[in-house]
Amino acid sequence: MADLTTDFLGIKSPNPFWLASAPPTDKEYNVRRAFDAGWGGVVWKTLGAEGPPVVNVNGPRYGAIWGADRRLLGLNNIELITDRPLEVNLEEMTRVKKDYPDRALIASIMVPCDEASWKAILPRVAETGCDGIELNFGCPHGMSERGMGAAVGQVPEYIQMVTEWCKMYYDRPVIVKLTPNITDIRKPAEAARAGGADAVSLINTINSITHVDLDLMAPEPTIDGKGSHGGYCGPAVKPIALSMVSEIARNPATHGLPISGIGGITTWRDAAEFMVMGCGNVQVCTAAMTYGFKVVQEMISGLSQWMDEKGYTSTDQFIGKAVPNVTDWQYLNLNYVTKAKIDQDACISCGRCYAACEDTSHQAIAMKEGRVFEVIDEECVACNLCVNVCPVEDCITMVEMDKGAVDPRTGVEVGDYANWTQHPNNPMAVKAAE
Amino acid sequence: MTPSPRTDGIAAGRLDEAHLDRNFSDLHPPYEPHEAHVAADRCYFCHDAPCMEACPTSIDIPLFIRQIATGTPEAAAKTIFEQNILGGMCARVCPTETLCEEVCVREVAEGKPVEIGRLQRYATDRMMARDVHPFTRAAPTGKRVAIVGAGPAGLACAHRLAMKGHDVVIHDAREKPGGLNEYGIASYKSTGGFAQAEVDWLLEIGGITIQTGSVLGRDVTLEGLKADHDAVFLGMGLAGVNALGLTGDDMAGSLDAVSFIADLRQADDLATLPVGRDVVVIGGGMTAVDAAVQSKLLGAQTVTIAYRRGQDRMAASVFEQELATAKGVHILTNVQPVALHGNGKLEAVEFEYTEDRDGRLAGTGETVRIPADQCFRAIGQTLEGAPEALEIAGGKIAVTGAGRTSVAGVWAGGDCALGGDDLTVTAVAEGRDAAEDIHAALMA
Repeated sequence: MADLTTDFLGIKSPNPFWLASAPPTDKEYNVRRAFDAGWGGVVWKTLGAEGPPVVNVNGPRYGAIWGADRRLLGLNNIELITDRPLEVNLEEMTRVKKDYPDRALIASIMVPCDEASWKAILPRVAETGCDGIELNFGCPHGMSERGMGAAVGQVPEYIQMVTEWCKMYYDRPVIVKLTPNITDIRKPAEAARAGGADAVSLINTINSITHVDLDLMAPEPTIDGKGSHGGYCGPAVKPIALSMVSEIARNPATHGLPISGIGGITTWRDAAEFMVMGCGNVQVCTAAMTYGFKVVQEMISGLSQWMDEKGYTSTDQFIGKAVPNVTDWQYLNLNYVTKAKIDQDACISCGRCYAACEDTSHQAIAMKEGRVFEVIDEECVACNLCVNVCPVEDCITMVEMDKGAVDPRTGVEVGDYANWTQHPNNPMAVKAAE
Repeated sequence: MTPSPRTDGIAAGRLDEAHLDRNFSDLHPPYEPHEAHVAADRCYFCHDAPCMEACPTSIDIPLFIRQIATGTPEAAAKTIFEQNILGGMCARVCPTETLCEEVCVREVAEGKPVEIGRLQRYATDRMMARDVHPFTRAAPTGKRVAIVGAGPAGLACAHRLAMKGHDVVIHDAREKPGGLNEYGIASYKSTGGFAQAEVDWLLEIGGITIQTGSVLGRDVTLEGLKADHDAVFLGMGLAGVNALGLTGDDMAGSLDAVSFIADLRQADDLATLPVGRDVVVIGGGMTAVDAAVQSKLLGAQTVTIAYRRGQDRMAASVFEQELATAKGVHILTNVQPVALHGNGKLEAVEFEYTEDRDGRLAGTGETVRIPADQCFRAIGQTLEGAPEALEIAGGKIAVTGAGRTSVAGVWAGGDCALGGDDLTVTAVAEGRDAAEDIHAALMA
């Protein structure tokens, strides 16, 4: 079995699966259960400043969207940071870390955006013996109205400033957790690096309203007839998170900055995808909230099996391996030509490919006698929609045309690599030397 | 002594009440809402869907399933009822395994179709439970149409005509309307008085009068109906039953399956309904299966379906055959009855083995006797009492187009008319289409 041990910022954990700072990590009881179940690390639910703790709503805190059979696809929450006293959390963290020295324990922190507040809390967190801190610059609801969470994460200058304070008053790794509620994720990441952050973690949750109650005319979850946007997470946000991770991983200004990947990670495969996209480890929340802590066992066995099958003996052998293959659209090979091909033996004749292509795409699928569906190569632009709507996996595939073959749609021979920057239709095209 | 399945002869009350209740409960219990959503989600919303093609009433199945999936079963019900006003009964009795579900792409791909019948029941039950009738009558046309037979064909025809604003009078020979829905369906397919509830609901459209106990040829005549109405639709079904043509056919214990099924449906207390210890049912269709399975469920110890050809030739679907065998019915094939034995009351049925010789059935000379206190004939029904003026073809009323008979102004549909399978859903389609044709003719 492959060795899943990860070393993230010098913090060792038996596997790359950490629980994200969230309701599952709010107290000693849960965290012990998580470690007993096999989680490699825990980011403790966000601590606030000393004094009376925040209060939560007493109506519903979560909303969700579901797929078939009520499979939870997206979760929205309006819960705030920990609503338990700081001292209690710190005591519990100390005990837990002492009992689980081989597991990673990170303290998530959110205090007002002034130096004194950070200076006050950091030594107390350090005393717990935890392995590092994560700065919560991400929560999009509630705390952001008070100038914390996403309100800080949306202003790169604040990120840099607070990170600098933390590096000044705390001597262990500092991870900056980013909000996705921003137009260009590279800017806050660059600010974190400029402030001296050891790593960034992303994504925090996305502003969301999951449903509107059509009788109450109010957003859900509804609190006494009113609703407020929450933070969206779960499988539905994974593509957004992966893209943001890739942007930071390939951005020259942040390339090499360690990343802890977060966002809809539900299976070992999701985790592997984040890791090859540059994440040194991953953090999970919704999957645990949906299925309980035991899900980590599938993640561990799945990642091990995949590593064994691929011949990887340690996680650092594949972390970041897909990053070089993320590029700008303009560098994609315009001479790479594929055509959809329908496997007639696998086809169940539902006609979804036909309806999709005929009504909404390129009229490149013919419906023939006896419900036989065939691709018309002369029309097929290889958009892949038929593949995506086909209910049978691998029934429709994209087959690459050989170099030198003539594309029946364009009448042009398949040539060597050429991209938009070189294309005659591009007024900005780079002219080959005459 | 309390009767049991072992009790010799023909006896009532072989099983206790709890046992009977269990045996005659819904064959396919209705879906709970969550089950319906999961089942609906399996539908691929096929383009030009094969299921729709296979449905004799052309219900837009992908659309109604999507309407269920999106939480609007009432809209789904309307989609169904627009094509098939008896969609509630059809959801229960259609042999979906040989119609829509047989061609469902998921049946073809995985051997597990979308459960279209049960989804249809879910939608139609929901609307009918609200006692909502989704259609309203058009302004009265002043036209009057007479219908003979309040079965599926007659009711479907009546409803469509009433919707168009015509006044309809239905004459039915029986005490209750519904036809085979009321008298001819196995009890476990239509529980809880559904057939009558459906008729009542259908009549909410208005403009339809039903005269029960009114027999064509006795109380009314085709000539009389024609004279008093602008059009006549005949949907009286097949009232006659085929006989074995053997000596002893009239012996005590020798009965026709259709009457047995009707008695069972009309029984207030199944514990009072007598059934043999050893029952033999002759035939290979749905009627044979309905009679055999219900005999077993009433408490018969042994029940045998005897069919003259191979099992693959049975008119009953594979699903029905499997239902029978799962309930403990023995299916014996390639046997034809040659004699009924008994002294005043039936004791055994003698069969000769058969074989297929170049597509022709031939006896082998070898025989077998099967003990029987009761023998049900389920070897087909025949048209009875058709007015002489009508042209008959293949034992049924000859029709062209949408049910036009040889007599101007007279239409026919359902089992009594030529063409189509003898199914509830086919009868509904024929009644509906004849109504459209009658409407077009009357308004021309």
